[in-house]
Amino acid sequence: MADFVVETRNLSKHYDGFAAVDKLNLRVREGEVFGILGPNGSGKTTTILMLLGLTEPTEGEVRVLGFDPVRQPLSVKARVGYMPDQVGFYDELTARENLIYIAKLNGIPRAEAYRRIDAALEQVGLTHVADHPVSTFSRGMKQRLGVADLLIKQPRLVILDEPTQGLDPAGALEFLNLIRDLKRQGISVILASHLLHQVQAICDRVGLFYRGRMVLEGTVQELAQQVLGGGYRVRVHAKGDTQAIMRNLRGLRDVIEVRQHEDDKYEVLAKRDLRPDVARAVVEANGNLLTLELEEPNLEEIYARYFEEVNHESAKVAA
Amino acid sequence: MSRPKSRRERGREGSPWQGMWAVVGKEMADNLTSARMQVLEILIALSAVAAVYGAIQTIMDTVSQDPFVYLKLFTTSQDPLPAFVGFLGFLVPLIAIALGFDSVNSEFNRRTMSRVLAQPIYRDALLFGKFLANLFTLALVLTAIWLLIIGLGIVRLGVPPGGEEMARALWFLVATIFYGGIWLALAMVFSIIFRQPATAAMAAIGVWLFFTVFWSMISEVLAQVISPIRYGFPQEQIAQLQTAIWLSRVAPNTLYSEIALAILHPTVRALGLVLPIQLSGAILGTPLPLNQSLLLVWPHLTGLIAATILLFAVGYVMFQREEIRA
Repeated sequence: MADFVVETRNLSKHYDGFAAVDKLNLRVREGEVFGILGPNGSGKTTTILMLLGLTEPTEGEVRVLGFDPVRQPLSVKARVGYMPDQVGFYDELTARENLIYIAKLNGIPRAEAYRRIDAALEQVGLTHVADHPVSTFSRGMKQRLGVADLLIKQPRLVILDEPTQGLDPAGALEFLNLIRDLKRQGISVILASHLLHQVQAICDRVGLFYRGRMVLEGTVQELAQQVLGGGYRVRVHAKGDTQAIMRNLRGLRDVIEVRQHEDDKYEVLAKRDLRPDVARAVVEANGNLLTLELEEPNLEEIYARYFEEVNHESAKVAA
Repeated sequence: MSRPKSRRERGREGSPWQGMWAVVGKEMADNLTSARMQVLEILIALSAVAAVYGAIQTIMDTVSQDPFVYLKLFTTSQDPLPAFVGFLGFLVPLIAIALGFDSVNSEFNRRTMSRVLAQPIYRDALLFGKFLANLFTLALVLTAIWLLIIGLGIVRLGVPPGGEEMARALWFLVATIFYGGIWLALAMVFSIIFRQPATAAMAAIGVWLFFTVFWSMISEVLAQVISPIRYGFPQEQIAQLQTAIWLSRVAPNTLYSEIALAILHPTVRALGLVLPIQLSGAILGTPLPLNQSLLLVWPHLTGLIAATILLFAVGYVMFQREEIRA
């Protein structure tokens, strides 16, 4: 139990007979960044609200940092930071005033609150606009203010719902760095997002939600293994005896498939990073290795392939 | 069900008031600095000064010796201006609705609701805090106007106010604040029901118009239905009148004007229908002591407060059940 910041057992939420979340078993380890993926309406936000005690589960158990959000919501909310999608602030107040309100709601003594607010604004790079009204802020600035807002209560776990939606690429990149900072401070992070490459860039483990269930869970590599049966793709450009090179490549261990493109370009699909083995195989076939590049398992591919299969299955059932 | 019912009912940790004063402080600061509030304050201050100046003119011309001259400040009218009490009956609901109509839905529209409720507070604290902040703001404005009127009276009339009339004026202030409380609670209920602030405002103003304009007509028609006059007996006529009076008291503005009447006019001995036989032995024209006047309006006062609490409770239940996701 101590190793998990979040643990749910058969967590369910029904709305008028419709199961928004269906027997969910979610475990998030201390100190990790956990990504929640899934199409719209797959129960991500409902799950998050149940973790915070903002919605009551219909069934099942939840533990967040060892507390039950249904009976001890204050203990949970005092230790968990939540940033909703499209976070809003009081526009007519300044950034600092917005944070002061949050500090007061958390019952933080004034001097300590001011110290934390300065530190948080510093960390997200908003010190120079601390006393400007939030109405003058850009979307990216508001989003960073949202992070400062989380830091005020010095959380052990933060939950971010679609934090990079609507940010320009630079803003999104900056935001991902903020999340890395959180992780470095020892804060566990749950990140719900549609933006797969960002999730892949930052998350230690991901869970794929579909129709209220977590259908896949693990590191990106593990998911690749499960869905794609591999996921490492080595692109080779080599001149020489095509037959021999193909034969040698096919003979390698952990190779799933070898394809030849054009004359002397090959693509090796493998279960792990096979670059050294591929190089050796080409050289042993007396080929001249020109380039060798690795494409790591790609979450977008996993996602697309998974739903391709699901849709295929459901089409079959329907037929 | 894996979670036994009894466990969930064992109650939740902590106090529902945690964080409430932070909400009150923030909301009051918002109210007092908002342009909307400043406009209303100017409006009410102007009407107060105008009405009271008119009243002072009349009082200085006509009344030489009156033990309750300060109460006359509130009740004397001089054409074309109505008395200040009349102004209040009209302005207090307006201020209360203006304070309350967007207090909950604006949090959803600004997308601050889930962020605020993710802090270690209960929803109770947020709703109570908002209601109290609005009520305090209303009380603050009304008290300021009240003091302004008394002050004007002291300067212009040059008579020191007496204890009894000050006590009556204070009770009148309290009644006015609770009269505002009803409309405030109503506006907040609508701000919970409707996500659009404009819809909530229109609904609240609609209810207010209904009670100020239409209810007196409707209550008369209803009285004819409920207590019809079949044979023309005096008992039947009395019964119908009584029914009409009781029905009209459903409207908060009727309750309020009767309270104002009894408290600000010490000579008023009864509200509603009085038969000559009930006045036998009474010395007409002599003022009642304050506690007798209060007894007269005690049901009205409790009615006002009860309606406020009831409306707030309705809003409270709805807010507790509301889904937080926008």
